[in-house]
Amino acid sequence: MKKTLFSALSLALLYGCASTPVEPEKPAAPSVQTPGLPVAPPLAARPVPAAPQVDLSKRSVFYEYDKYDIRDEYRPVLQAHGKYLAENRGKKMLVQGNCDERGSREYNIALGQRRAEGVKRRLVLMGATEAQVEPVSLGEEKPRCTEHAEGCWSQNRRSDMLYGGEY
Amino acid sequence: MSWRTFAPLLAAILLLAGPARAQLTIEIIGGGANQIPIAVLPFAGESALPQSITEIIEQDLSRSARFRAIFVGGVNPVPTEIAQVDFAEWKSRLADAMVIGQAQRLPDGKFEVRFRLLDVLKQSQIGGIAFTLTAAQTRLTAHKIADFIYEKLTGERGVFSTRVAYVVKQGTRYELRVADADGQNAQSILISSEPIMSPAWSPDGARMAYVSFQNKKPILFVQNLTASKQPAPVANYRGSNSAPAWSPDGKQLAAVLTKDGTSQIYLMSADGGNLRRLTVSGGIDTEPFFTPDGQSIYFTSDRGGSPQIYRMPAGGGDPVRMTFEGDYNVSPRVSPDGKVLAYISRVSGRFQLMAMDLESKQVQTLTDGQRDESPSFAPNGRIILYATDVDNRGVLAAVSSDGRFRQRLGIQAADVREPSWGPFLGN
Repeated sequence: MKKTLFSALSLALLYGCASTPVEPEKPAAPSVQTPGLPVAPPLAARPVPAAPQVDLSKRSVFYEYDKYDIRDEYRPVLQAHGKYLAENRGKKMLVQGNCDERGSREYNIALGQRRAEGVKRRLVLMGATEAQVEPVSLGEEKPRCTEHAEGCWSQNRRSDMLYGGEY
Repeated sequence: MSWRTFAPLLAAILLLAGPARAQLTIEIIGGGANQIPIAVLPFAGESALPQSITEIIEQDLSRSARFRAIFVGGVNPVPTEIAQVDFAEWKSRLADAMVIGQAQRLPDGKFEVRFRLLDVLKQSQIGGIAFTLTAAQTRLTAHKIADFIYEKLTGERGVFSTRVAYVVKQGTRYELRVADADGQNAQSILISSEPIMSPAWSPDGARMAYVSFQNKKPILFVQNLTASKQPAPVANYRGSNSAPAWSPDGKQLAAVLTKDGTSQIYLMSADGGNLRRLTVSGGIDTEPFFTPDGQSIYFTSDRGGSPQIYRMPAGGGDPVRMTFEGDYNVSPRVSPDGKVLAYISRVSGRFQLMAMDLESKQVQTLTDGQRDESPSFAPNGRIILYATDVDNRGVLAAVSSDGRFRQRLGIQAADVREPSWGPFLGN
């Protein structure tokens, strides 16, 4: 968690937008919760974990500008989803890659695809099958945040993992 | 000199939806050099038509930046035949050319419009046409007259009677529209609550390829514009399907699929059959665009570490890198004569429209916007339409291919984007 905070802070410093803190670990909207998915117990009820616990409600990976490589901080999240898919072969997942609004719309479709494809490859490495995960791109077409500044752009450079029934 | 009778084309009828609500309005920014001074006199009897035909002609010519309209007031009676013209008067008003004409209602309810284009200095007729038209064809007829004048006086084909496609976004409503080149007479051809992208006209102007997100991911469709058929998906593979480009013969589409991994360029027949992969790279290959001779395809690739423009044989094969300045060069479009490559380049964080002379490889910066994108050549190669933004609102803009003259086309309270200039209408 420390590392996440640190990278969020360094991102905020890097782009100098103190008023809009960047939250790379921000979970997807509550409406995309899948019924039947194991939900992490409330914090108070949890035993003190020996290793960092990751619950499956974390659904997003965020990227640097023009980049598609996945930062190390997302390893536990992807591991958890990959393991879940491996243990639930009937589950399907759509990975939607997104970009900020800058640059060519079509190039951003390809960049978003590359981001989604990268997430899929990690999930397959963690045990999911190719057939379970479809990577698609929304390019810059479906921004979560619509202001024309880095505070929004950093939220829009993102891959979202959606389980069957959530899209 | 006899009138040439001209049966007007039926405008391609777009059956799917009615007229679009808000029109594009045009704001002219620069000025052109060497404008031809022309006097477009009112046509006798034109008030019987739903619009002033001479006003549309004058606006078309002025907007092209190749002409300057001469004041035509204070002439009474207005001449309609060459024998009635006081050439000395028009010479003193500094007109080089003038247009006279008349309109009348025919017994069957149609109209006849005839005009003559005159050379003021030589005091002679350059040409003239008589049209039979319905009231609904007034605008099209005016554009055709403007095209005739433009071609006679500049030696190049006019584009006033061509059409443009673009996408309008209002809230979560996306609309693919087709309008006259002056932004008027807009028709909706598709309305969706999900994004629409990358409209591309077939070379005969009868079909439109585009990308729709209506199934929550990019799928490629082709819609017939002249028949009320449902649009058909031509590429709906696993992953994303996008970036359609027509071959010049209209028989094939190049497009980008991700069914085998990253974005790669494929060739297919216009109905989606006979799929064949053209590029094999581990990276991104996208935005294919055929050269007018059909021999080559330009495209964007990050195979060299940053997005750059490449050219390859249309059947696939070794690509040649075309751009070397900067680390972001995308959206290649080749001019209709095959001599100029227009593309978007990121320069100090700004996205600007560039033009490369393909013979000398000289590059000219055509625009100075922040977010210029999606260039599209007019079919005569004279103007490039592109998308930009003003106060964070998407608008279309046009720049002459020499960079001298610019216009903006916007719609109040909506984002306009993804322009695609249609082909010449066949006669």
